[in-house]
Amino acid sequence: MAKEKSSKESRRNFLKKSTLITVAAMAPPAALKAAEEQWDERLAAAIENVPLQVEVNGSMHQVKIDPRVTLLGFLREHLHLTGTKKGCDYGQCGACTVHVDGKRVNSCLTLAVMNDGRKVTTIEGLANGKDLHPMQAAFIKHDGLQCGYCTPGQIMSAVACIRDGHAGTDEEIREFMSGNICRCGAYPNIVAAIKEVKGGSGV
Amino acid sequence: MKQFQYVRPAEAEAAVNALVKDPGARFVAGGTNLLDLMKRGVEAPDRLVDINRLPLKEIRKEKQEFHIGALALNSAVAEHRDIREGLPLLSQALLAGASAQLRNMATVGGNLLQRTRCPYFYDTAMPCNKRVPGSGCGALKGFNRMHAIFGASEHCIAVNPSDMNVALAALDATVHLSGPKGRRSIPVQDFHRLPGDHPEQDTVIEKNELITGVSIPRSPLKHVHYLKVRDRNSYAFALVSVAAALDLDGKLIRGARLAMGGVAHKPWRLTEAENFLIGKEISASSFQEASNLAMRGARAYEHNEFKLRLAPRSIVHALSIASGLVKA
Repeated sequence: MAKEKSSKESRRNFLKKSTLITVAAMAPPAALKAAEEQWDERLAAAIENVPLQVEVNGSMHQVKIDPRVTLLGFLREHLHLTGTKKGCDYGQCGACTVHVDGKRVNSCLTLAVMNDGRKVTTIEGLANGKDLHPMQAAFIKHDGLQCGYCTPGQIMSAVACIRDGHAGTDEEIREFMSGNICRCGAYPNIVAAIKEVKGGSGV
Repeated sequence: MKQFQYVRPAEAEAAVNALVKDPGARFVAGGTNLLDLMKRGVEAPDRLVDINRLPLKEIRKEKQEFHIGALALNSAVAEHRDIREGLPLLSQALLAGASAQLRNMATVGGNLLQRTRCPYFYDTAMPCNKRVPGSGCGALKGFNRMHAIFGASEHCIAVNPSDMNVALAALDATVHLSGPKGRRSIPVQDFHRLPGDHPEQDTVIEKNELITGVSIPRSPLKHVHYLKVRDRNSYAFALVSVAAALDLDGKLIRGARLAMGGVAHKPWRLTEAENFLIGKEISASSFQEASNLAMRGARAYEHNEFKLRLAPRSIVHALSIASGLVKA
């Protein structure tokens, strides 16, 4: 459908223009300095950013953030938790899998601001200090990876797969892990790691 | 992604009002399809109205029907005890769709409104009447392996990608809507439309209307199967899918509901085949005849001719499993 053009001018442009008018009223050196420091952009951003309060791996974060930032972008670029990977960025590969309120989701397909008030767990939040989570240890033991890029997502998904009660058989594990693609083809070893953890104890 | 304003109302009325105020506004729930489209530039809303705080998550079993709120997650519906027991076809269809992660995000309302996965719709460098009316259909003479064999038009041969919608069509579900003009309810079969001259309209939902939920009658059709045929075993869109539900008295078929996915712009109900089956005994030959009836009027394009053979075989197979004639 042809998009209707809004006759209203965007608020951002309005803010930028009104800032420029203010700047024009200043003395030239001040105006130059203001332009250099991109005050218009900063002011517009400060007003349009949305408050977000989210708990990540047990730490509370209160920020104001551009609503376009995905949860994945927030974790990686703002909190520098780069364990969560950006693979396809379209929800097709599972490399960005994290837990939100205990459920596994693709962090690339949810906006950070949509997760206000929720609890997020990433791969960094899985180990207990220097003690690896049993699933992390099992992936190492069973060689459940080659290049390792998909591994954080695989492990987050594997933990949820057992917790959700879908690790009963090899077939069931494969079905409920199908949202995580491994281009190195470590699937048999990933299944073996999940089976071992399932057999051992609760996750 | 283009800049947008983000609002998060807590009530349905406020949500609808937030949309009414801005013609470029969109509701967002799970976001699994809309954010995908926004990243590709297919959708560029001025305002996103996040409806996740509306109280529309309930899954309820009533005397005559099941009611599912628009914001119930696909995973929550699929795993719900009452749904697994009372509407196993819906549970099977939901579990055949997407991945565990996406089912934890995607909602029932969003799934009803899921856009086609036609690659020409997603690629903004290509013509697509659904994306830009009047620009032409890239698929018609392009790569059309995934496309429709029923009900297409010269303007669009895309298919509805949802598994859930196929089960809802077979189960005679009703979609409930709320908008500035009040509330209304529409049978799901009339909710999705064929492309005709307006492929940009997937459904009959009006501007500023919000899906509040679906209701599904309790069904005597206990013998069910959702069959999904795809390029890989899991996590792929259907080439062809079949939702089959039978009411049996011994070998006698008392009632039948059949719908197909992956073959049309909307979930494709097979009424003629259903009527034929009623009063027949379960057998390979009666299922075969039903499938022949179902394929009347089918038309293939350059790359999807295989669907003309795959679809009837899938119907026979789904009926055979649902009736217990063969094992799954």
